[in-house]
Amino acid sequence: MRTDRRGFLGLIACVGVAAVLPWRPAYALDANGAHALIDRSLEEVYQVINSGQPAAQMYQQFEAIFARYADVDVIARSALGPAARQADAAEFAAYRQAFQGYVGRKYGARFREFIGSRIEVTGARPLKSFFAVTSVAHLNGRAPMEVEWHVSNRSGQDLYFNIIIEGVNMLASERAEIGAMLARERGSMPALTAALQQAG
Amino acid sequence: MTVPHRRPVLSALLACALVAGCSPASAPQDPPAQGIAINDPFEAQNRRVHAFNKGLDARVIAPVANRLRGSGERAPRDPDAPIGPLQMVINAGRNLSLPVKSVNGLLQGRPRDAGANLTRFAVNSTVGLGGIFDPATDSFGLSERDTDFGETLAVWGVPEGPYLELPVLGPSTQRDAVGQVVDLLIDPLYHLLDGREAGAVFALRVASKAGDRARFGDTVDGILRGSADSYAQTRLIWLMNRRHDLGESGDDYDPYDDAHVLDPYED
Repeated sequence: MRTDRRGFLGLIACVGVAAVLPWRPAYALDANGAHALIDRSLEEVYQVINSGQPAAQMYQQFEAIFARYADVDVIARSALGPAARQADAAEFAAYRQAFQGYVGRKYGARFREFIGSRIEVTGARPLKSFFAVTSVAHLNGRAPMEVEWHVSNRSGQDLYFNIIIEGVNMLASERAEIGAMLARERGSMPALTAALQQAG
Repeated sequence: MTVPHRRPVLSALLACALVAGCSPASAPQDPPAQGIAINDPFEAQNRRVHAFNKGLDARVIAPVANRLRGSGERAPRDPDAPIGPLQMVINAGRNLSLPVKSVNGLLQGRPRDAGANLTRFAVNSTVGLGGIFDPATDSFGLSERDTDFGETLAVWGVPEGPYLELPVLGPSTQRDAVGQVVDLLIDPLYHLLDGREAGAVFALRVASKAGDRARFGDTVDGILRGSADSYAQTRLIWLMNRRHDLGESGDDYDPYDDAHVLDPYED
Protein backbone atom coordinates (compact mmCIF):
# COMPACT_ATOMS: atom_id res chain seq x y z
CA MET A 1 0.00 0.00 0.00
CA ARG A 2 1.42 3.34 -0.97
CA THR A 3 1.29 5.87 1.79
CA ASP A 4 3.16 8.76 0.20
CA ARG A 5 1.33 12.02 -0.39
CA ARG A 6 0.71 11.58 -4.08
CA GLY A 7 -0.78 8.16 -3.51
CA PHE A 8 -3.01 9.57 -0.82
CA LEU A 9 -4.16 12.45 -3.00
CA GLY A 10 -4.86 9.98 -5.82
CA LEU A 11 -6.96 7.96 -3.44
CA ILE A 12 -8.98 11.02 -2.43
CA ALA A 13 -9.50 11.86 -6.08
CA CYS A 14 -10.71 8.30 -6.78
CA VAL A 15 -13.19 8.47 -3.93
CA GLY A 16 -14.43 11.79 -5.35
CA VAL A 17 -14.86 10.33 -8.82
CA ALA A 18 -16.61 7.28 -7.40
CA ALA A 19 -19.02 9.57 -5.54
CA VAL A 20 -20.16 11.38 -8.67
CA LEU A 21 -20.47 8.24 -10.79
CA PRO A 22 -24.04 7.01 -11.35
CA TRP A 23 -25.16 4.68 -8.62
CA ARG A 24 -24.35 1.03 -9.17
CA PRO A 25 -25.12 -1.89 -6.90
CA ALA A 26 -22.54 -2.07 -4.13
CA TYR A 27 -20.12 -4.49 -5.61
CA ALA A 28 -16.78 -5.77 -4.48
CA LEU A 29 -15.36 -9.22 -4.74
CA ASP A 30 -14.24 -10.61 -1.43
CA ALA A 31 -13.08 -13.98 -0.17
CA ASN A 32 -16.61 -15.05 0.72
CA GLY A 33 -17.92 -14.13 -2.72
CA ALA A 34 -15.13 -16.06 -4.43
CA HIS A 35 -15.71 -19.05 -2.15
CA ALA A 36 -19.45 -18.98 -2.86
CA LEU A 37 -18.90 -18.76 -6.62
CA ILE A 38 -16.81 -21.93 -6.66
CA ASP A 39 -19.26 -23.70 -4.33
CA ARG A 40 -22.16 -22.91 -6.67
CA SER A 41 -20.28 -23.90 -9.78
CA LEU A 42 -19.17 -27.22 -8.26
CA GLU A 43 -22.68 -27.94 -7.08
CA GLU A 44 -23.96 -27.55 -10.65
CA VAL A 45 -21.15 -29.70 -12.06
CA TYR A 46 -21.95 -32.53 -9.63
CA GLN A 47 -25.66 -32.30 -10.44
CA VAL A 48 -24.77 -33.01 -14.06
CA ILE A 49 -22.26 -35.76 -13.20
CA ASN A 50 -24.80 -37.55 -11.02
CA SER A 51 -27.70 -37.06 -13.44
CA GLY A 52 -26.79 -40.17 -15.45
CA GLN A 53 -27.55 -38.49 -18.79
CA PRO A 54 -25.91 -39.46 -22.08
CA ALA A 55 -22.37 -38.08 -22.36
CA ALA A 56 -23.12 -35.69 -25.25
CA GLN A 57 -25.85 -33.97 -23.23
CA MET A 58 -23.55 -33.72 -20.23
CA TYR A 59 -20.88 -32.01 -22.32
CA GLN A 60 -23.39 -29.34 -23.38
CA GLN A 61 -24.31 -28.72 -19.78
CA PHE A 62 -20.66 -28.57 -18.68
CA GLU A 63 -20.12 -25.98 -21.41
CA ALA A 64 -23.07 -23.94 -20.12
CA ILE A 65 -21.71 -24.07 -16.55
CA PHE A 66 -18.27 -23.04 -17.79
CA ALA A 67 -19.80 -20.11 -19.70
CA ARG A 68 -21.75 -19.05 -16.61
CA TYR A 69 -18.99 -19.17 -14.00
CA ALA A 70 -15.74 -18.68 -15.94
CA ASP A 71 -14.40 -15.63 -17.73
CA VAL A 72 -14.43 -17.41 -21.09
CA ASP A 73 -13.33 -14.26 -22.88
CA VAL A 74 -10.08 -13.83 -20.96
CA ILE A 75 -9.36 -17.58 -20.93
CA ALA A 76 -9.89 -17.82 -24.70
CA ARG A 77 -7.73 -14.73 -25.25
CA SER A 78 -4.98 -15.97 -23.00
CA ALA A 79 -4.99 -19.39 -24.70
CA LEU A 80 -4.65 -17.71 -28.08
CA GLY A 81 -1.78 -15.51 -26.89
CA PRO A 82 -0.56 -12.56 -29.00
CA ALA A 83 -2.72 -13.71 -31.95
CA ALA A 84 -5.77 -12.60 -29.93
CA ARG A 85 -4.89 -8.97 -30.50
CA GLN A 86 -4.48 -9.40 -34.22
CA ALA A 87 -7.77 -11.25 -34.80
CA ASP A 88 -10.76 -9.15 -35.86
CA ALA A 89 -13.85 -9.13 -33.67
CA ALA A 90 -15.93 -11.57 -35.72
CA GLU A 91 -13.08 -14.06 -36.07
CA PHE A 92 -12.39 -13.88 -32.37
CA ALA A 93 -16.06 -14.31 -31.46
CA ALA A 94 -16.30 -17.47 -33.59
CA TYR A 95 -13.09 -18.83 -32.07
CA ARG A 96 -14.28 -18.03 -28.55
CA GLN A 97 -17.54 -19.92 -29.16
CA ALA A 98 -15.65 -22.94 -30.53
CA PHE A 99 -13.19 -22.78 -27.62
CA GLN A 100 -16.05 -22.87 -25.12
CA GLY A 101 -17.47 -26.03 -26.68
CA TYR A 102 -14.02 -27.61 -26.82
CA VAL A 103 -13.51 -27.01 -23.09
CA GLY A 104 -16.93 -28.51 -22.30
CA ARG A 105 -16.06 -31.70 -24.21
CA LYS A 106 -12.40 -32.01 -23.28
CA TYR A 107 -12.78 -31.53 -19.53
CA GLY A 108 -16.27 -33.04 -19.49
CA ALA A 109 -14.90 -36.27 -20.93
CA ARG A 110 -13.20 -36.88 -17.59
CA PHE A 111 -16.48 -36.95 -15.68
CA ARG A 112 -16.29 -40.69 -14.98
CA GLU A 113 -13.32 -40.14 -12.69
CA PHE A 114 -15.50 -37.84 -10.62
CA ILE A 115 -18.44 -40.19 -10.06
CA GLY A 116 -18.61 -40.85 -6.35
CA SER A 117 -15.98 -38.20 -5.64
CA ARG A 118 -16.30 -34.91 -3.82
CA ILE A 119 -14.48 -31.60 -3.97
CA GLU A 120 -14.30 -29.73 -0.71
CA VAL A 121 -13.73 -25.97 -0.87
CA THR A 122 -11.30 -25.25 1.96
CA GLY A 123 -10.69 -21.51 1.83
CA ALA A 124 -10.15 -18.31 -0.12
CA ARG A 125 -7.40 -15.70 0.05
CA PRO A 126 -6.53 -12.53 -1.85
CA LEU A 127 -3.71 -12.99 -4.39
CA LYS A 128 -2.42 -10.16 -6.59
CA SER A 129 -5.52 -8.51 -8.08
CA PHE A 130 -7.73 -11.55 -7.58
CA PHE A 131 -8.74 -14.29 -5.14
CA ALA A 132 -7.44 -17.83 -4.90
CA VAL A 133 -10.03 -20.35 -3.74
CA THR A 134 -8.47 -23.56 -2.48
CA SER A 135 -10.15 -26.94 -2.58
CA VAL A 136 -9.32 -30.59 -2.15
CA ALA A 137 -10.58 -33.22 -4.59
CA HIS A 138 -11.20 -36.63 -3.05
CA LEU A 139 -11.26 -39.14 -5.91
CA ASN A 140 -11.68 -42.87 -5.47
CA GLY A 141 -8.44 -44.72 -4.88
CA ARG A 142 -6.30 -41.66 -5.37
CA ALA A 143 -4.48 -39.44 -2.92
CA PRO A 144 -6.42 -36.19 -2.30
CA MET A 145 -5.55 -33.54 -4.90
CA GLU A 146 -5.14 -29.82 -4.38
CA VAL A 147 -7.29 -27.79 -6.73
CA GLU A 148 -7.00 -24.00 -6.76
CA TRP A 149 -9.40 -21.62 -8.52
CA HIS A 150 -8.47 -18.07 -9.43
CA VAL A 151 -11.45 -15.72 -9.28
CA SER A 152 -11.50 -12.12 -10.52
CA ASN A 153 -14.04 -9.36 -10.97
CA ARG A 154 -11.99 -7.48 -13.54
CA SER A 155 -14.46 -8.48 -16.26
CA GLY A 156 -17.20 -6.66 -14.34
CA GLN A 157 -18.55 -9.91 -12.88
CA ASP A 158 -17.18 -12.43 -10.38
CA LEU A 159 -15.79 -15.18 -12.59
CA TYR A 160 -12.99 -17.70 -12.36
CA PHE A 161 -10.26 -17.57 -14.97
CA ASN A 162 -7.88 -20.36 -14.04
CA ILE A 163 -7.95 -23.79 -12.41
CA ILE A 164 -4.73 -25.22 -11.01
CA ILE A 165 -4.71 -28.94 -10.23
CA GLU A 166 -1.63 -30.06 -8.30
CA GLY A 167 0.31 -27.22 -9.87
CA VAL A 168 -0.92 -27.89 -13.41
CA ASN A 169 -2.61 -24.74 -14.58
CA MET A 170 -5.29 -24.76 -17.21
CA LEU A 171 -4.42 -21.41 -18.82
CA ALA A 172 -0.82 -22.43 -19.41
CA SER A 173 -1.62 -25.87 -20.81
CA GLU A 174 -4.39 -24.48 -23.04
CA ARG A 175 -2.05 -21.78 -24.32
CA ALA A 176 0.43 -24.50 -25.33
CA GLU A 177 -2.33 -26.58 -26.88
CA ILE A 178 -4.10 -23.78 -28.79
CA GLY A 179 -0.69 -22.42 -29.84
CA ALA A 180 0.20 -25.84 -31.30
CA MET A 181 -3.16 -26.07 -33.08
CA LEU A 182 -2.77 -22.57 -34.52
CA ALA A 183 0.74 -23.44 -35.75
CA ARG A 184 -0.64 -26.61 -37.36
CA GLU A 185 -3.26 -24.48 -39.16
CA ARG A 186 -0.46 -22.11 -40.28
CA GLY A 187 -1.80 -19.21 -38.26
CA SER A 188 -5.29 -19.21 -39.78
CA MET A 189 -7.97 -18.24 -37.26
CA PRO A 190 -10.91 -19.70 -39.24
CA ALA A 191 -9.02 -23.01 -39.62
CA LEU A 192 -8.23 -23.02 -35.88
CA THR A 193 -11.92 -22.41 -35.11
CA ALA A 194 -12.93 -25.28 -37.40
CA ALA A 195 -10.35 -27.58 -35.75
CA LEU A 196 -11.59 -26.64 -32.28
CA GLN A 197 -15.15 -27.52 -33.24
CA GLN A 198 -13.93 -31.07 -33.84
CA ALA A 199 -11.46 -31.31 -30.95
CA GLY A 200 -11.92 -32.15 -27.28
CA MET B 1 26.85 -56.33 -3.13
CA THR B 2 26.13 -56.50 -6.82
CA VAL B 3 22.74 -57.13 -8.26
CA PRO B 4 23.19 -58.17 -11.87
CA HIS B 5 19.51 -57.76 -12.79
CA ARG B 6 19.61 -54.04 -12.49
CA ARG B 7 22.73 -53.46 -14.53
CA PRO B 8 21.15 -52.86 -17.97
CA VAL B 9 18.65 -50.39 -16.56
CA LEU B 10 21.31 -48.67 -14.52
CA SER B 11 23.73 -48.30 -17.37
CA ALA B 12 21.00 -46.98 -19.66
CA LEU B 13 20.06 -44.42 -17.03
CA LEU B 14 23.64 -43.45 -16.34
CA ALA B 15 24.26 -43.05 -20.05
CA CYS B 16 21.29 -40.70 -20.32
CA ALA B 17 22.40 -38.66 -17.35
CA LEU B 18 25.97 -38.50 -18.64
CA VAL B 19 25.00 -37.56 -22.18
CA ALA B 20 22.89 -34.81 -20.71
CA GLY B 21 25.64 -33.79 -18.33
CA CYS B 22 28.35 -33.50 -20.97
CA SER B 23 26.35 -31.29 -23.31
CA PRO B 24 26.68 -27.53 -23.26
CA ALA B 25 25.08 -26.03 -20.19
CA SER B 26 24.65 -22.54 -21.63
CA ALA B 27 21.90 -23.61 -24.00
CA PRO B 28 19.32 -20.98 -24.94
CA GLN B 29 16.26 -20.91 -22.74
CA ASP B 30 12.78 -20.44 -24.14
CA PRO B 31 11.12 -17.25 -22.91
CA PRO B 32 8.80 -18.14 -20.04
CA ALA B 33 5.17 -18.20 -21.13
CA GLN B 34 2.85 -17.27 -18.27
CA GLY B 35 5.64 -17.53 -15.75
CA ILE B 36 6.53 -21.13 -16.59
CA ALA B 37 10.17 -21.32 -17.68
CA ILE B 38 11.02 -24.19 -19.99
CA ASN B 39 14.66 -25.11 -20.35
CA ASP B 40 14.84 -27.63 -23.17
CA PRO B 41 18.13 -27.42 -25.09
CA PHE B 42 17.84 -31.12 -26.08
CA GLU B 43 14.40 -30.71 -27.63
CA ALA B 44 15.26 -32.42 -30.93
CA GLN B 45 16.64 -35.49 -29.14
CA ASN B 46 13.81 -35.41 -26.59
CA ARG B 47 11.23 -35.34 -29.37
CA ARG B 48 12.75 -38.46 -30.91
CA VAL B 49 12.55 -40.23 -27.56
CA HIS B 50 8.98 -38.98 -27.17
CA ALA B 51 8.02 -40.48 -30.54
CA PHE B 52 9.56 -43.78 -29.40
CA ASN B 53 7.76 -43.67 -26.04
CA LYS B 54 4.47 -42.81 -27.72
CA GLY B 55 4.82 -45.76 -30.09
CA LEU B 56 5.72 -48.04 -27.19
CA ASP B 57 2.69 -46.81 -25.29
CA ALA B 58 0.32 -47.33 -28.21
CA ARG B 59 1.63 -50.78 -29.14
CA VAL B 60 2.56 -52.35 -25.82
CA ILE B 61 1.61 -50.46 -22.69
CA ALA B 62 -1.90 -49.24 -23.56
CA PRO B 63 -3.19 -52.63 -24.82
CA VAL B 64 -1.92 -54.35 -21.66
CA ALA B 65 -3.31 -51.55 -19.51
CA ASN B 66 -6.70 -51.73 -21.20
CA ARG B 67 -6.83 -55.48 -20.69
CA LEU B 68 -6.01 -55.03 -17.01
CA ARG B 69 -8.57 -52.30 -16.71
CA GLY B 70 -11.11 -54.39 -18.55
CA SER B 71 -11.04 -56.91 -15.69
CA GLY B 72 -13.67 -55.04 -13.76
CA GLU B 73 -11.89 -51.94 -12.48
CA ARG B 74 -13.10 -49.42 -15.00
CA ALA B 75 -16.33 -48.62 -13.30
CA PRO B 76 -16.20 -46.30 -10.30
CA ARG B 77 -15.71 -48.26 -7.16
CA ASP B 78 -17.51 -48.12 -3.91
CA PRO B 79 -14.75 -47.07 -1.50
CA ASP B 80 -15.81 -49.80 0.93
CA ALA B 81 -15.83 -52.55 -1.69
CA PRO B 82 -12.90 -55.00 -1.68
CA ILE B 83 -10.00 -53.94 -3.92
CA GLY B 84 -9.26 -55.77 -7.15
CA PRO B 85 -6.05 -57.52 -8.24
CA LEU B 86 -4.80 -54.44 -10.11
CA GLN B 87 -4.98 -52.24 -7.02
CA MET B 88 -3.29 -55.03 -5.00
CA VAL B 89 -0.29 -55.00 -7.35
CA ILE B 90 -0.13 -51.20 -7.28
CA ASN B 91 -0.26 -51.23 -3.47
CA ALA B 92 2.38 -53.95 -3.06
CA GLY B 93 4.78 -52.23 -5.46
CA ARG B 94 4.32 -48.86 -3.82
CA ASN B 95 4.86 -50.38 -0.42
CA LEU B 96 8.29 -51.61 -1.54
CA SER B 97 9.22 -48.06 -2.51
CA LEU B 98 8.79 -46.84 1.07
CA PRO B 99 12.23 -47.71 2.53
CA VAL B 100 14.10 -45.60 -0.06
CA LYS B 101 11.57 -42.79 0.43
CA SER B 102 12.32 -42.97 4.12
CA VAL B 103 16.07 -42.69 3.41
CA ASN B 104 15.39 -39.63 1.25
CA GLY B 105 13.27 -38.09 4.01
CA LEU B 106 16.29 -38.33 6.33
CA LEU B 107 18.65 -36.91 3.70
CA GLN B 108 16.27 -33.98 3.27
CA GLY B 109 16.25 -33.29 7.00
CA ARG B 110 12.59 -34.29 7.28
CA PRO B 111 12.68 -37.00 9.95
CA ARG B 112 8.92 -36.84 10.44
CA ASP B 113 8.29 -37.78 6.79
CA ALA B 114 10.93 -40.48 7.02
CA GLY B 115 9.28 -41.87 10.15
CA ALA B 116 5.82 -41.82 8.58
CA ASN B 117 6.99 -43.76 5.55
CA LEU B 118 8.88 -46.28 7.67
CA THR B 119 5.88 -46.79 9.96
CA ARG B 120 3.67 -47.27 6.88
CA PHE B 121 6.11 -49.86 5.58
CA ALA B 122 6.07 -51.71 8.90
CA VAL B 123 2.27 -51.66 9.24
CA ASN B 124 1.40 -52.48 5.63
CA SER B 125 4.07 -55.17 5.22
CA THR B 126 2.70 -57.06 8.24
CA VAL B 127 -0.96 -56.23 8.91
CA GLY B 128 -1.42 -55.30 5.23
CA LEU B 129 -0.14 -58.73 4.10
CA GLY B 130 3.03 -57.71 2.29
CA GLY B 131 1.65 -54.33 1.30
CA ILE B 132 -1.30 -55.69 -0.70
CA PHE B 133 -3.66 -53.77 1.56
CA ASP B 134 -3.25 -50.32 3.02
CA PRO B 135 -4.35 -50.40 6.67
CA ALA B 136 -1.86 -47.60 7.44
CA THR B 137 -4.08 -45.17 5.54
CA ASP B 138 -7.43 -46.83 6.13
CA SER B 139 -7.11 -47.40 9.87
CA PHE B 140 -4.35 -45.06 11.06
CA GLY B 141 -4.68 -42.14 8.63
CA LEU B 142 -0.98 -42.47 7.84
CA SER B 143 -0.65 -41.54 4.17
CA GLU B 144 2.49 -41.85 2.08
CA ARG B 145 4.94 -38.95 1.86
CA ASP B 146 5.93 -39.31 -1.75
CA THR B 147 9.54 -38.35 -2.41
CA ASP B 148 12.71 -39.40 -4.22
CA PHE B 149 16.37 -38.50 -4.57
CA GLY B 150 15.50 -35.87 -7.20
CA GLU B 151 13.68 -34.02 -4.44
CA THR B 152 16.62 -34.54 -2.10
CA LEU B 153 18.88 -32.87 -4.67
CA ALA B 154 16.36 -30.02 -4.95
CA VAL B 155 16.38 -29.60 -1.17
CA TRP B 156 20.18 -29.49 -1.29
CA GLY B 157 19.98 -26.61 -3.76
CA VAL B 158 20.93 -28.45 -6.96
CA PRO B 159 19.29 -26.65 -9.92
CA GLU B 160 16.66 -28.45 -11.99
CA GLY B 161 18.74 -28.57 -15.17
CA PRO B 162 17.43 -29.14 -18.68
CA TYR B 163 14.24 -31.06 -19.38
CA LEU B 164 14.76 -34.66 -20.53
CA GLU B 165 12.40 -37.28 -21.87
CA LEU B 166 13.92 -40.64 -21.00
CA PRO B 167 13.25 -43.82 -22.97
CA VAL B 168 10.45 -45.86 -21.33
CA LEU B 169 10.69 -43.83 -18.09
CA GLY B 170 9.26 -40.67 -19.66
CA PRO B 171 9.52 -37.02 -18.61
CA SER B 172 12.36 -35.99 -16.32
CA THR B 173 15.01 -33.35 -15.83
CA GLN B 174 18.74 -33.70 -15.56
CA ARG B 175 18.46 -33.47 -11.78
CA ASP B 176 15.67 -36.06 -11.63
CA ALA B 177 17.45 -38.45 -13.99
CA VAL B 178 20.44 -38.45 -11.65
CA GLY B 179 17.99 -38.89 -8.78
CA GLN B 180 16.45 -41.97 -10.39
CA VAL B 181 19.87 -43.61 -10.65
CA VAL B 182 20.83 -42.74 -7.09
CA ASP B 183 17.48 -44.02 -5.80
CA LEU B 184 18.35 -47.47 -7.17
CA LEU B 185 21.79 -47.32 -5.57
CA ILE B 186 20.68 -46.21 -2.10
CA ASP B 187 17.56 -48.38 -1.85
CA PRO B 188 18.03 -50.38 1.36
CA LEU B 189 15.91 -53.24 0.01
CA TYR B 190 18.38 -53.98 -2.77
CA HIS B 191 21.22 -54.01 -0.26
CA LEU B 192 19.42 -56.34 2.12
CA LEU B 193 18.08 -58.83 -0.41
CA ASP B 194 19.96 -61.29 -2.57
CA GLY B 195 19.93 -61.11 -6.35
CA ARG B 196 16.78 -63.10 -6.98
CA GLU B 197 14.75 -61.39 -4.31
CA ALA B 198 15.94 -58.00 -5.47
CA GLY B 199 14.92 -58.92 -9.01
CA ALA B 200 11.45 -59.85 -7.75
CA VAL B 201 11.16 -56.56 -5.86
CA PHE B 202 12.21 -54.65 -8.95
CA ALA B 203 9.68 -56.52 -11.11
CA LEU B 204 6.87 -55.81 -8.66
CA ARG B 205 7.72 -52.12 -8.61
CA VAL B 206 7.68 -52.00 -12.39
CA ALA B 207 4.32 -53.81 -12.39
CA SER B 208 3.00 -51.28 -9.91
CA LYS B 209 3.98 -48.40 -12.20
CA ALA B 210 2.28 -50.20 -15.10
CA GLY B 211 -0.79 -50.60 -12.90
CA ASP B 212 -0.88 -46.86 -12.27
CA ARG B 213 -0.72 -46.33 -16.00
CA ALA B 214 -3.68 -48.67 -16.40
CA ARG B 215 -5.76 -46.92 -13.77
CA PHE B 216 -5.14 -43.40 -15.02
CA GLY B 217 -4.97 -44.41 -18.67
CA ASP B 218 -7.72 -42.07 -19.83
CA THR B 219 -5.70 -39.05 -18.77
CA VAL B 220 -2.52 -40.30 -20.42
CA ASP B 221 -4.37 -41.28 -23.59
CA GLY B 222 -5.98 -37.86 -23.72
CA ILE B 223 -2.61 -36.12 -23.69
CA LEU B 224 -0.76 -38.54 -25.96
CA ARG B 225 -3.44 -38.93 -28.60
CA GLY B 226 -5.71 -35.94 -28.17
CA SER B 227 -3.10 -33.21 -28.22
CA ALA B 228 -1.91 -31.19 -31.21
CA ASP B 229 1.64 -31.37 -29.82
CA SER B 230 1.78 -34.16 -27.26
CA TYR B 231 5.48 -33.57 -26.62
CA ALA B 232 5.01 -29.92 -25.62
CA GLN B 233 1.87 -30.74 -23.63
CA THR B 234 3.53 -33.59 -21.71
CA ARG B 235 6.60 -31.45 -21.00
CA LEU B 236 4.56 -28.53 -19.71
CA ILE B 237 2.18 -30.55 -17.56
CA TRP B 238 4.97 -32.66 -16.12
CA LEU B 239 7.16 -29.65 -15.27
CA MET B 240 4.29 -27.73 -13.64
CA ASN B 241 3.34 -30.72 -11.53
CA ARG B 242 6.91 -31.58 -10.56
CA ARG B 243 7.73 -27.99 -9.57
CA HIS B 244 4.53 -27.89 -7.53
CA ASP B 245 5.55 -31.07 -5.70
CA LEU B 246 9.02 -29.68 -4.98
CA GLY B 247 7.75 -26.23 -3.98
CA GLU B 248 9.49 -24.64 -6.96
CA SER B 249 6.44 -23.23 -8.75
CA GLY B 250 6.84 -19.82 -10.34
CA ASP B 251 4.77 -16.72 -9.81
CA ASP B 252 0.99 -16.95 -10.24
CA TYR B 253 -0.12 -15.70 -13.63
CA ASP B 254 -2.60 -12.85 -13.97
CA PRO B 255 -4.00 -12.65 -17.52
CA TYR B 256 -5.70 -9.33 -16.72
CA ASP B 257 -2.24 -7.79 -16.40
CA ASP B 258 -0.86 -9.44 -19.53
CA ALA B 259 -0.61 -6.84 -22.29
CA HIS B 260 -0.26 -9.64 -24.85
CA VAL B 261 -3.71 -10.84 -23.95
CA LEU B 262 -5.68 -7.74 -23.06
CA ASP B 263 -5.03 -4.45 -24.76
CA PRO B 264 -4.40 -1.99 -21.92
CA TYR B 265 -5.60 0.89 -24.14
CA GLU B 266 -8.81 -0.85 -25.09
CA ASP B 267 -11.17 1.17 -22.92
